[in-house]
Amino acid sequence: MTETTYNYKVVRQFAIMTVVWGIVGMLVGVIIAAQLAFPTMTEMLPEVFQQYLQYGRLRPLHTNAVIFAFGGSALFATSYYIVQRTCQTRLFASGLAGFTFWGWNLIIVLAAVSLPLGFTSGKEYAELEWPIDLLIAVVWVSYALVFFGTILKRKVKHIYVANWFFGAFILTIAILHIVNSAAIPVTLTKSYSFYPGAIDAMIQWWYGHNAVGFFLTAAFLGMMYYFVPKQAGRPVFSYRLSVVHFWALVSIYMWAGPHHLHYTALPDWTQSVGMVFSLILLAPSWGGMINGIMTLSGAWHKLRTDPVLKFLIVSLSFYGMSTFEGPMMSIKTVNALSHYTDWTVGHVHSGALGWVAMVAIGSLYGLIPKLFGREGMFSTALVELHFWIATIGVVLYIAAMWIAGVMQGLMWRAVNSDGTLTYSFIESVERTYPFYNVRLLGGTMFLFGMLLMAYNVWKTVANAQPAQDVIPEAAH
Amino acid sequence: MSSFWSNWIIILTVGNILACIWLIWWTMRKRAGEAESGDVTGHTWDEDLQEYNNPLPRWWLWMFWITIIFAAGYLAYFPGLGLFQGAGNWSSTGQYEGEMQQAAEKYDPIFKKYAAIGIADLASKPENEEALAMGKRMYLSYCSQCHGSTATGATGYPNLADNDWLWGGSPEKIKETIMNGRTGVMIPHKGRVEGEQLDQLTDYVFSLSGREGIDAASAEAGKAQFLTLGCIACHGMDGTGNQALGAPNLTDEIWLYGASAGVVKKTILEGRQGVMPAHKEFLGNDKSHLIAAYIYSLSN
Repeated sequence: MTETTYNYKVVRQFAIMTVVWGIVGMLVGVIIAAQLAFPTMTEMLPEVFQQYLQYGRLRPLHTNAVIFAFGGSALFATSYYIVQRTCQTRLFASGLAGFTFWGWNLIIVLAAVSLPLGFTSGKEYAELEWPIDLLIAVVWVSYALVFFGTILKRKVKHIYVANWFFGAFILTIAILHIVNSAAIPVTLTKSYSFYPGAIDAMIQWWYGHNAVGFFLTAAFLGMMYYFVPKQAGRPVFSYRLSVVHFWALVSIYMWAGPHHLHYTALPDWTQSVGMVFSLILLAPSWGGMINGIMTLSGAWHKLRTDPVLKFLIVSLSFYGMSTFEGPMMSIKTVNALSHYTDWTVGHVHSGALGWVAMVAIGSLYGLIPKLFGREGMFSTALVELHFWIATIGVVLYIAAMWIAGVMQGLMWRAVNSDGTLTYSFIESVERTYPFYNVRLLGGTMFLFGMLLMAYNVWKTVANAQPAQDVIPEAAH
Repeated sequence: MSSFWSNWIIILTVGNILACIWLIWWTMRKRAGEAESGDVTGHTWDEDLQEYNNPLPRWWLWMFWITIIFAAGYLAYFPGLGLFQGAGNWSSTGQYEGEMQQAAEKYDPIFKKYAAIGIADLASKPENEEALAMGKRMYLSYCSQCHGSTATGATGYPNLADNDWLWGGSPEKIKETIMNGRTGVMIPHKGRVEGEQLDQLTDYVFSLSGREGIDAASAEAGKAQFLTLGCIACHGMDGTGNQALGAPNLTDEIWLYGASAGVVKKTILEGRQGVMPAHKEFLGNDKSHLIAAYIYSLSN
């Protein structure tokens, strides 16, 4: 535990909790998917419990748990690991790094308690009330100090591309969180947004879309830029491409938020700007996919035998698909059909399950054995099984939501020869049930894959000695 | 928006797009002494991490250029650069008004055709079947959210299919309700009646509709409350209500807010305020006429 070894303790802690929170978050997701398929199921419970398990309270718990608990833990673990290994130095301020682990997990527990109790600020993906928001700010600033402190004391001259993405993510999330969470507290558990009306909506989606852009895209690209070349044993495809797609991605993402508010009270100019920048975002987004997938050129045969690489490469395929779909959905005429339908839900999950979860799972399968001094995971066959179950689950999920969404959009806009609506809203809900069932099946498969992972991780780390990797002396 | 903020937006928007163009140009440039394309850059991290200095894929660059050119065209034609309205002079308000006007020109004559025919005739005569179908479709669009898709109502929202009317069930009254809306007020009586007297009053109210298992003596005592508290002013001496005021009939075992003693006591103590919104501005006479015909047909 001296300066001669890497700090793997905090990496191990976050890596294990990624699996735990992944299961919790996805379980809540499966529960709310079941509630949509069987709307009266909560009524089977004793009446005192019903309010805590209502869809409206569990839905923000699901989103917070999968994005910030599962995704967040995966990012903490991998960024702490990567920044040390690629800077060839021990983590800056190990005590502070330990604080980020306990602080982040305390936030997650507070969320898991306060959201079912009904405490919410009502802002999507930022529902937690102001005292928890303050705690998030403190933990996040600590994270920034640890990360950038490590970058500053690096022993190699150049900063590796993964760290650019992690750095942009940490800085931007700090700004997004602080600006969006600005609120006037009324009591300990209630506050009101600092911003009025349409401005509040714009701030909310500036935050919301950049949470996607920086938390779920840029940061996970950082993860990808380390684990794909490592696992493939090949150099990154193009340094030039990484430069241009990094700067274009981080500058253009900032503008894309208004596409969530097409045809609303938002001024026309804001909607136009949001739309064109969302379209320009296509190429910078795909830069990451190309750099990841093309890194495999010359090593394609490894895909046949290495399920970890399968996870990583398939995640990039889903990433490419989602980042093509996103700009298309931001076009106003497409959005007029897709907005408020389950198509949006399908789009989000092709990104969240297909990209974010799969790249995180693949990276963890690569990382966890190294943290515990093992050659590989306990069972490669189980990793392979997890891969197929997860992939089929995602495909079922998003295909069901695409069909449901397009059907809903078409039903809502259908008019009779006299101009009256052909279908009432409830008819579109009724027609959606079969797709809700398929979605539930897909989601359950994905959750089952996580349980396989938990077992495999348990067998890998039980009785293992924590690895103590020595930092190489000479800088390259 | 002031011209300062307009310029601010223009500078940031155009600046960011130009920065992308510069970025592409800068990255494509070959610099002296750098690795040949296809070679690694020469930097190594964490033992074996390296990067090729491959050029930007051409098809990808084309895609990038196309989106930038599209953006420039879009921002020239549509409003986007601050106060600049765009060459197309498009606005969302203009689009909305245009589409509404188009719809009015196309569909209004269809509704107008039936405006001169009486509601009772629309509801009963076979040749007006199409009018009734239109009324039903509009009902499903505009009314079913509260009154249900079968028009049988919900707690606090009247059943429209049971021929029991708060404000009157004649064609004229139904249309008036749709067009002008209604506000039904039950005055709260907290502080004026409580405890045993409240129980007695509730028993009396239930006895009006002949409910089984009511304590007759208690109900008889409650009658005094019914008279002295002023219930009769709206609900009448015999409790049959008053459609001019929207006061419900208490003798027909139809309960808008629920049939239990607890609910009736809550209504007496806290009062009620039922609101039917006015649709005159939103739907106009001709559409309201057809919806009224559909609703009238449910009970006649």
